[in-house]
Amino acid sequence: MRDAPALSLRRRIVHLAGSGTIATLVLLLIALWVVFAIAIGDRFFSVNTLQSMAFQMPELGILSLAMMLALLSGGLNLSIIATANLSGLTIAFLLARYIPGSEGVAWVGVQVLAIAAGFAVAALVGLVNGFVIAYLGVSPILTTLGTMTLCKGLAIGLTRGNVISGFPEPIVFIGNGTVFGVPFALIVLALCALPVALMLNATPFGAKVYMIGSNEKATRYSGVDTRAVLLKLYVLSSLLAGVAAVVMLARFNSANAAYGESYLLVTILAAVLGGVDPFGGFGKVGGLLLALIILQVISSAFNLLNLSQFLTLAIWGGILIAVAAVPHLGGKAPR
Amino acid sequence: MPESRLASFGRFRRSHEFWLLIVILALCAGLGVANSQFLTMQNLFDLLTSYAFVGILALGLLVVLIAGGIDISFTATASVAQYVTLSVANAYGANWISVFAIAIGIGGALGALNAIFVQKLRIPSIIVSVATLNIFYGLLIFFTGGKYIYSLPDWFATGIFWFEFDWSKDTSYGVNLQILALAVSFLVTWLLLNRTNIGRQIYAMGGNVDAAQRLGFHIFGLNVLVYCYMGVMAGIASLVQAQLAQSVAPTVLVGKELDVVAAVVLGGASLMGGVGTVFGTFLGLALLAILQNGIILLGVSSYWSPFFVGLVILISVSATAWSQRERRTRSARP
Amino acid sequence: MTTFLEISGISKRFGGVHALREVDLTLEVGEVHCLVGENGSGKSTLIKIISGVEAPEPGGRIAIYGKEYPKLNPVFSTHCGIQVIYQDLSLFPNLTVAENIAMAHHLGGVHTVNWTSMRATARATMVKVGVEFDPDAKVSDLSIAGRQLVAICRALAADAKLLIMDEPTASLTRHEVNTLIKLVSDLKRSGICVVFVSHRLDEVLEIAERVTVLRDGVKVGTFAAATIDGRKLSHLMTGKAFEYQQQVPDLAAGAVVLEVQGLGRDGDYDDVSLQLHAGEVVGLTGLLGSGRTELALSLFGMNPPDRGTIALDGRRIALSTNADAIHRGIAYVSEDRLTLGLILNQSITANVTLTVLERLAGRFGLIGARARQSHVARWVAELGIKVSNPDNPVKTLSGGNQQRVVLAKWMATNPRVLILDSPTVGVDIGAKDGIYEIIRRLAREGVAVLIISDEIPEVLYHSHRVLVMREGRLTTDVAAADTSEDALRQAVNA
Repeated sequence: MRDAPALSLRRRIVHLAGSGTIATLVLLLIALWVVFAIAIGDRFFSVNTLQSMAFQMPELGILSLAMMLALLSGGLNLSIIATANLSGLTIAFLLARYIPGSEGVAWVGVQVLAIAAGFAVAALVGLVNGFVIAYLGVSPILTTLGTMTLCKGLAIGLTRGNVISGFPEPIVFIGNGTVFGVPFALIVLALCALPVALMLNATPFGAKVYMIGSNEKATRYSGVDTRAVLLKLYVLSSLLAGVAAVVMLARFNSANAAYGESYLLVTILAAVLGGVDPFGGFGKVGGLLLALIILQVISSAFNLLNLSQFLTLAIWGGILIAVAAVPHLGGKAPR
Repeated sequence: MPESRLASFGRFRRSHEFWLLIVILALCAGLGVANSQFLTMQNLFDLLTSYAFVGILALGLLVVLIAGGIDISFTATASVAQYVTLSVANAYGANWISVFAIAIGIGGALGALNAIFVQKLRIPSIIVSVATLNIFYGLLIFFTGGKYIYSLPDWFATGIFWFEFDWSKDTSYGVNLQILALAVSFLVTWLLLNRTNIGRQIYAMGGNVDAAQRLGFHIFGLNVLVYCYMGVMAGIASLVQAQLAQSVAPTVLVGKELDVVAAVVLGGASLMGGVGTVFGTFLGLALLAILQNGIILLGVSSYWSPFFVGLVILISVSATAWSQRERRTRSARP
Repeated sequence: MTTFLEISGISKRFGGVHALREVDLTLEVGEVHCLVGENGSGKSTLIKIISGVEAPEPGGRIAIYGKEYPKLNPVFSTHCGIQVIYQDLSLFPNLTVAENIAMAHHLGGVHTVNWTSMRATARATMVKVGVEFDPDAKVSDLSIAGRQLVAICRALAADAKLLIMDEPTASLTRHEVNTLIKLVSDLKRSGICVVFVSHRLDEVLEIAERVTVLRDGVKVGTFAAATIDGRKLSHLMTGKAFEYQQQVPDLAAGAVVLEVQGLGRDGDYDDVSLQLHAGEVVGLTGLLGSGRTELALSLFGMNPPDRGTIALDGRRIALSTNADAIHRGIAYVSEDRLTLGLILNQSITANVTLTVLERLAGRFGLIGARARQSHVARWVAELGIKVSNPDNPVKTLSGGNQQRVVLAKWMATNPRVLILDSPTVGVDIGAKDGIYEIIRRLAREGVAVLIISDEIPEVLYHSHRVLVMREGRLTTDVAAADTSEDALRQAVNA
């Protein structure tokens, strides 16, 4: 291990950020909370603010999980938003077609099957991604750019940019309802985050994903079927996008080919801020969730300050550069 | 020497560009038969004009890919260059030279920013460009409110029309600004990559950056050049687009990245670096244009265009990866 | 003889580590000089200082043709005619042969490319070297030997006066090595000083006129090749008198575990038949290109053979993947520890557990932290790995400890056959014995061990039986007691 670096504050912070990610993020969160409380005052602490944050976060969170999985393996999944939209449109289409006039069991059945169909579409996209990346060896960036265009193209071609809206109550509940004051969507996020965290930390599959992210060839030489792992991983990533689709279409009560496109940057930002190494091999769900909370706090504060959404986008971009650069500013050799 | 001519033709025959040419010729033939409007002077002229924007950007991206990087922020760079240049031109007056100078300057500066982030901060280039895309675009819309500019300087709106000739009694064709800019960009890029030592250093760096470092290549300088070049192309393309559309719309360019990536990737450039040619990019652009044009001429709604582009990208990169795999296993055994 | 390069009192420190201490060296014009030393002896650092990539500590002297310079830089060094061909050759695979050879044309300012003159330079140099490649062929299409010749051409085209070649014969067949040796004599005759950096003592003595030995950053001495032999050289390099005697435990007759009949794979090896017995240590040697690693990979399920059979415990098996092989009890320790054997950035724990993840999983397929920790602790104790914290990245360990981690990873799979490819490369002299002890212990436990190595003494004195492969065929299969170093050297090089 390296000897203790010079005791300058800058070095200390950088050293912290590189190793005790979770600790840093908690500190950052507390600091932000304090700053915004002072700057914005009472409005910031209102239940309303907290609640609205809690409603917006889940879809972003689930999408960020999807992005994180790809990043951990040393790749990238640029198609998650497009997959979510296509999946959402599938569900919306089936609901719009078969719900009117149905009752009782059929009514429930249609909703369940519609959601299942959405998942199936997402899984199919994931299969294409996984196959092309793992078995044909195409770069993940190019592959997911291709599937992203394909999904968006399919969605636009079928809907001509139109919106499908108006869904039955249970579906809408997913995005807008609360259970004992907790938004149901947040529960969905937890139901996704916990298994993913468990999978990454405590299963053979998770361990393999991290190792592949650091060195795919060496992992293969150790007897791991890296191609199968990558295929499953990209299917999982796209399935998560499918879950996000349900939450999104529930919250907006509509589906469209072009929703959430600005989310792509934020998912990458959340991952990198949360400690995911953009080169692969490292990152934890806990860090991701903390990063999301931080981003959500910042975003809500910006809203309350009436900051233009475009300025917000630019700031996100700036933060991404800053966060991605931190491990290297301290003089650590790049991985 | 006839023997080496044979060898070089053999090499061409096995190259990506060859197959591309075959596909294009086949498509042209097919479309020409299916729709009489395809192979008309008017159609081809219009295609060339309307794809100039994508083509010029594709050349910039080609250089970045060859160097081993990637950049998808060029549409934001183009939007900024377009808006600032024409606002200045409207406010202070300008001419062709100054207008291009400003656009090139802005594009180059924004490109250099990308290079600095990638090289000095050691951040993967895809993440840098996703970030800068949003920074440039976000700031642009924030400061301008997304307002369109409809009134452009007269001389700019008129454009140019050189070497005018009459094709038929009613229509005349000539070299307009778009075609001129496209041609010049192709020429300059070709010269850079094939006739200057810097261009060859870019290829070398993309092929083996460690060796390049050992031989004393100026890695940082080359990267700055490459990303600046992309920015410069973005600047030129932005003016070409504005002149064609007769307006500046700060929100319409972002989102067109895929077409540019498609053109370059179809043309055979690799994300790994060190691979790609100007001729290939030209063919890739042609293929893209013919595909999208064909979709429209065949009566398929243009809403389906992105789908087919995505499909073609996937098929093309898969085929390239597959053939590379074959070649690798074949060369492993003598 | 004129002196081309003279360095004296050269030292180099990296942090607290002394890579070089007061090294002197003279290189004469037109001589063939070999620089030998173990890993960590300072060879690479010395090369880097001569080529200007690193600067020596103040106080050292560097003189070229008698003129002194306090230090060099890469550009100046090249200008003086110093060219280094590194082991990875530093070529550009996506460019043509002509462009690679005449790469110097591309450097220096901004100017247009003169393709004709580049091709002419390439052709002229190729004539000098005696090869004939198509100048417009892509380097990626050439074989490794071909690429090496292109690298040499490039050095010559850059007007080399001193050509330093780092481990040039590592990937060459015997035939190609002969070509290289002849080339070196031609270069010498045209007045170029050639320095070979190598650890292959047989080749060193065959080529060199003088040999300089480095050990732990210090120059042990410079000797005329005629006055020294492999044994003395090895002793000087390692500082230890090598125990020239059998070091393997007595072999209790064990059953045949692995039997290979007529195994062949086009382009790699052919007609290989051998048997491995339980508790037996078999050494396999031969030049690179002889097919050793390819054979090992086939036994490990990664290089499916085209014909022949492999039988485990008398039953024929077909291995489709390495997971298959591992499952059946065949394990392979790659020679490339840093890129294939270990995942350097990941923790020691992660590396050690990588091969047994499914086995560590308990209920519901989950691996508990305790299961991981106790697995690592057990192997750390068993193999004596010096670890302060198992969550540290494995790259923080020394070479010897890293190799133990690799061994732990594979021994945890309970192999019946363990194939070790160059197991002591990059391991300090002091730590090598530790590795041999582990091998002996494996043999005592009834594992069939196959050691593949370049070093004939290593193979001879640590195995019960020795196999030699030459150009894809198994040419020797003899009990270690029935052969000698010289006989093996003959068999390998003949």
